Amino acid sequence: MNDAVIALLAIDPRGLGGVVLRAAPGEARDAWLDKLRGLSAAPDGWRRVPAHVAEDRLTGGLDLAATLASGRPVQTTGLLREAAGGVVLAMAERAATWVVASVIAAIDDDALPAVVALDESADDEPPVAAALAERLAFRVTMPPSLRAGEFDSLPSAAIVRAARDRLAHVQVDAASAVAVCSAAEALGIRSARAEIFTLRAARAAAALRACACVEAEDLALAAALVLAPRATRVPMAEPPPEQATAQTASPEPPNAEADEAAPGERPLADVVLESARAAVPDDVLHGLDASARGAHAGRRGAVQPTRDHGHRVGARKGDPRRDGRLDLLETIRSAAPWQRLRGATRGRIAIRTDDFRVQRRVRRTGTTLLFLVDASGSAAMHRLAEAKGAVELLLAESYVRRDRVALGAFRGAAAELLLPPTRSLARARRALAGLPGGGGTPLASALDLGLELAVQLGRSHDASTPVLVVLTDGRANIARDGTPGREQAELDARASARRWRANGHMALVLDTGRRPSAFLEELAMAMGARYLPLPAATAHEMRGVIRATALS
Amino acid sequence: MRIAYPFSAIVGQDEMKHALLVAAIDPGVGGVMIFGDRGTGKSTAVRALPGVLPAMRVTRGCRYGCDPAANGSRCEECRRRSDDGAAVRHDRIAVPVVNLPLGATEDRVVGALDLERALSKGEKHFEPGLLAKANRGFLYVDEVNLLEDHLVDLLLDVAASGENLVEREGLSVRHPARFVLVGSGNPEEGELRPQLLDRFGLSVEVTTPSDVAERVEVVRRRDAFDRDPAAFAARFRDDDDALRRKLARAIARLDAVTVSDEALALASTLCVALGTDGLRGELTLIRAARATAALDGARAVGAAQLRRVATSALRHRLRRSPLDESSATARVTRAVAEVLGA
Repeated sequence: MNDAVIALLAIDPRGLGGVVLRAAPGEARDAWLDKLRGLSAAPDGWRRVPAHVAEDRLTGGLDLAATLASGRPVQTTGLLREAAGGVVLAMAERAATWVVASVIAAIDDDALPAVVALDESADDEPPVAAALAERLAFRVTMPPSLRAGEFDSLPSAAIVRAARDRLAHVQVDAASAVAVCSAAEALGIRSARAEIFTLRAARAAAALRACACVEAEDLALAAALVLAPRATRVPMAEPPPEQATAQTASPEPPNAEADEAAPGERPLADVVLESARAAVPDDVLHGLDASARGAHAGRRGAVQPTRDHGHRVGARKGDPRRDGRLDLLETIRSAAPWQRLRGATRGRIAIRTDDFRVQRRVRRTGTTLLFLVDASGSAAMHRLAEAKGAVELLLAESYVRRDRVALGAFRGAAAELLLPPTRSLARARRALAGLPGGGGTPLASALDLGLELAVQLGRSHDASTPVLVVLTDGRANIARDGTPGREQAELDARASARRWRANGHMALVLDTGRRPSAFLEELAMAMGARYLPLPAATAHEMRGVIRATALS
Repeated sequence: MRIAYPFSAIVGQDEMKHALLVAAIDPGVGGVMIFGDRGTGKSTAVRALPGVLPAMRVTRGCRYGCDPAANGSRCEECRRRSDDGAAVRHDRIAVPVVNLPLGATEDRVVGALDLERALSKGEKHFEPGLLAKANRGFLYVDEVNLLEDHLVDLLLDVAASGENLVEREGLSVRHPARFVLVGSGNPEEGELRPQLLDRFGLSVEVTTPSDVAERVEVVRRRDAFDRDPAAFAARFRDDDDALRRKLARAIARLDAVTVSDEALALASTLCVALGTDGLRGELTLIRAARATAALDGARAVGAAQLRRVATSALRHRLRRSPLDESSATARVTRAVAEVLGA
């Protein structure tokens, strides 16, 4: 697979955009990059963009240092314009917004041949910005060390060159487009870019095989490389075809049962879908698609402007006595152009109030997980025990992460806060011991409690981002005023859900019922929450889901 | 110069296309917000716009693209020159469609001191920014919901006043900056502040076609374009040309389109039925309907035009109703059916 990505990217770098290469730094990754460089049309035209690149170096502009030294304007080209072969974006997952935006703009202007976004994020860290990943055809996860035989199947430079020349003449027939689009639809992929990339990758694959037409094996390969990592759902597998597996299926013979209306198309579509399905990463099966991770604002502790804590994100004009810490370099930079006008003597810099720049800083706030656990009914004890387990597991980790946890339970007439936001494991254990269960389900009152807590958190002086986690089977039967009755209870719960949505924070609804509840799914939607059916949730499973969705 | 994907070749997405055309006919409608997933053709449509917009006349040598015929909204330089009685020559240029990248600095957006001239000649000279470039055209912000707050505030301020006032680095410059703000964003990745949302005249939703045949057509056209952009563009040139002529006629006709009292009453009834906040919704609805009438070649605004633009003009102005949990689009559609008939 790795070899295929390198070869295809070397054949059509501009059309395919590039790759998100998820790998730890090291020998294996370097070898991978070397191979790609070596096969590309301009091996010397590759540039590496470091995570801390300066703006004029990335996009070009006036070279201030050289300008000041020589006394006349000196322009720089900028890495993005220099790169005739492509760019390697180091630590792409941590790149500043403006760096990502500049790279995206260059891709959209067709000014950049290929981008390799190096992603070194750990499992629970936010991945490369979705807007960038979306524009790169491939996603590759590399094992930490080189395996024997790696790169053995890479074609020679001469073959790649020949394929590049042939590329424009490779034909794609209508059936291929239909097959790719139906597969994308079946896998729940919404972006048309995925489909376009798949066809381009298939065309490059056909060019590599020295074929004039895209065939089933090219489409199968392209689907596995492009569609599979983007899948948001996996359709139910049909009974496996008897005569052939996905990789070797031949496209043309419509078998006896084939759809008469579209002879030949169904098998091809099946080949494409089957190949993609086989390559879908496991976490999609849990609805935890990597590309969706980290997409929500407020998911990973929002970014907050501060005066002098946190890390620098730039400078702005201001008074250092009032607006924050002086940014010396930016101040000199803003004064520099005026030196001649101000008649400054050599060796002295004339600085005026207008020149002062202060640092802009932001702080990443922690997250507070608000657990609301349904303690009603018969399954309550089991659910509560597992929820407690998950809280303890998460708390044990939260010392490192600066996250806090709160827990409320709802049963009988109303919801009750059992554990106010805390980082203390001991305190949590005490509060969670001997929690009673049974009774009705006051869901509305529970959501109100969650909202109240979230609002309090936003106001408190060490503000943190609330993430609500609701564990319930959704059988709401107690209204907000504490009276029983399913209809009013559901109506109230819906109203509370909408109020939660209005506050815009993230929420996760875990359906612990034996069968998924349609009402709960709808309620989650109204909350703007993520809904996951988790029929037999264990503490470890819950912790995994929460970490993957809420704390990434 | 890269060949842009032709506007006429965009498959489906009629609501978005129509909203952009309405804004081109009457920039006073006040901007278009496009909501939708990535890869649904938002950027493609905006980038294709210049191909179908009628060329505009600009004063030769003016850095802000002033209209030689307009007296009120010219830059200081043009005003001075016309006061001096200098002959004004003009050029015809394509309507600018300027992309504002997320990472843009404030300097680049509003303009700043021309460093090169300051350093080499010691002269104080203003170098116009993206706002100047977008004057009388379109300013496109992809993923506007991820734009930094201070830039958003700045854009809103300038869009409202139609003028960019620069007071920085010892410069004091004022120049016209009238543009149609086009924003796009994915609501799942951060909500738009209500103040910002309200400033957009129209809001449209784009979705991935659920019909495989339509998806296939999207992909096939893109494929044909990639293989031979020139030939592909030529295939749609007649359509684009026809659309451009239609737009030119619509712009010329716009002022003559009348809005009857009945049409006004219908618009008000619709807004009351939906309980929209303020008058902005009603005004936008009427303006957008009038531009639609101009495009249709109709002399007066009728129910058909109101129906066509009601969803775009009103869906982002609804108050959240505790008793009604259906989507904004569904609520507008229902109210339109009640007030205007199906």
